[in-house]
Amino acid sequence: MSSSKTYRTEGVVLRRSDSGEADRIITFLTPDKGKIHAVARGVRKPKSKLYGLVELFTHSSLMLAQGHSLDIVAQGETIHTFLPLKSDLQRSACAFYVAELVNRFTLEHEENRALFDLLIHTLEQLCCEKNVSLLLRHFEVNLLQCLGYRPNLHRCVECNALLQPVTNAFSPAGGGILCPGCVKTDQMARPISVDAIKVLRVLQGFDFATASRVRIKQGLAQEVEQVLRSYIEFLLEHKVQSAAWLDTLKGGDLASPSPSYPVTSAS
Amino acid sequence: MGRQSISLTEPVARLVDALHKLPGIGPKSAQRLAYYLLQADKEQVKALSEAITMVKEKVSLCSVCFNIADSEKCEVCRDPQRDASMICVVEKPMDVLPIERTKVYKGLYHVLHGTIAPTEGIGPDQLRVRELLARLRDGTVKEVMLATNPNVEGEATAMYLQKQIGAMGVRVTRLARGLPFGADLEYTDDVTLTGAIQRREQIS
Repeated sequence: MSSSKTYRTEGVVLRRSDSGEADRIITFLTPDKGKIHAVARGVRKPKSKLYGLVELFTHSSLMLAQGHSLDIVAQGETIHTFLPLKSDLQRSACAFYVAELVNRFTLEHEENRALFDLLIHTLEQLCCEKNVSLLLRHFEVNLLQCLGYRPNLHRCVECNALLQPVTNAFSPAGGGILCPGCVKTDQMARPISVDAIKVLRVLQGFDFATASRVRIKQGLAQEVEQVLRSYIEFLLEHKVQSAAWLDTLKGGDLASPSPSYPVTSAS
Repeated sequence: MGRQSISLTEPVARLVDALHKLPGIGPKSAQRLAYYLLQADKEQVKALSEAITMVKEKVSLCSVCFNIADSEKCEVCRDPQRDASMICVVEKPMDVLPIERTKVYKGLYHVLHGTIAPTEGIGPDQLRVRELLARLRDGTVKEVMLATNPNVEGEATAMYLQKQIGAMGVRVTRLARGLPFGADLEYTDDVTLTGAIQRREQIS
């Protein structure tokens, strides 16, 4: 161990899986090294000193030791536990969804500082924001932007004509909107209303504080959610697993407001 | 795996392969175990292989609580001395053992066989939740003690069950979250410590 090199970074836990008798393999998103996997030794024992650092959604400063195949979490300190994401059903479901998207869209060791900042910012807001579903839409639009999949919402992606205020279509394969004349070029394109395009433009162009001032009716919110989900699932070529859980919670009487929890501030 | 298998004789290679499939057993450990079995006396190996076969043939899940059982109902569910007004909900059969070891708990159990894990696509429908709710309907059970693990998935499962069961008028409790005996405050995580402060005990 003494000859192994150590390095410092910080990270948010996106995923963890059990390994061996009491170890866990942790997937972190870091600002300088992109996504990394590291093993936390003995962390499933109740007296582990690492436990707090490597729980889901936790943001910690880390010291890692280079290992043979996987780096090892040596020590660290929690920066932000995001407690409400662990003690509130609705918010925890949102955090699962955010972490899954970030995990699925990223490759190991690809630095993306904007994405890291977006993740931290989103988790922070998820702790206290009332309108969590709009926050998730804002996250999705910005995630796509960070990754280079920003949808084109102003011109037809086929003929480049300026979009008219009529029902157009969203084409996941085209990465944007098709005008009525070009709809037939993509069979997967789905109609999108003028209002939905406007909402997407607001989400794309403004920070959440501004975007959240827009009042959106439920039907329209659903349309926007469907458009973004179809685009994301097209890009991932995979269903987003945790979306089903969000839908389950949305359906029943479980969406009732939860008691407010104190938000621990970052030190 | 393949490279080593060539130099081993076929039955040994098969054993190594089979052991390698067990959780937590890497290729080297598999070889070590296989070599040990090769050296061990016949009686011991026979006892092991019989124990393995037996476990698959004789053991099934309890029809009431879904703990592992050697007949239709498990030992706890069969015992008339147990307090039928209380159910302790755990994630997996192995979680029953530490609670039994305390000898403090006298009620019954319910094993969910997992937790809500959204990213793995596991929701309440994939767990024994419906069966738990069905057990509460006749009014015998007065309290459900949630003993899922104190991590994000375990908490989510507990919160979900709390909402479902609370609506049925049954008392719902959760295992307390606090400092483990022998722990060090300096290394305690914020979530545990926050819980320990919020739910502190009056001692005088």
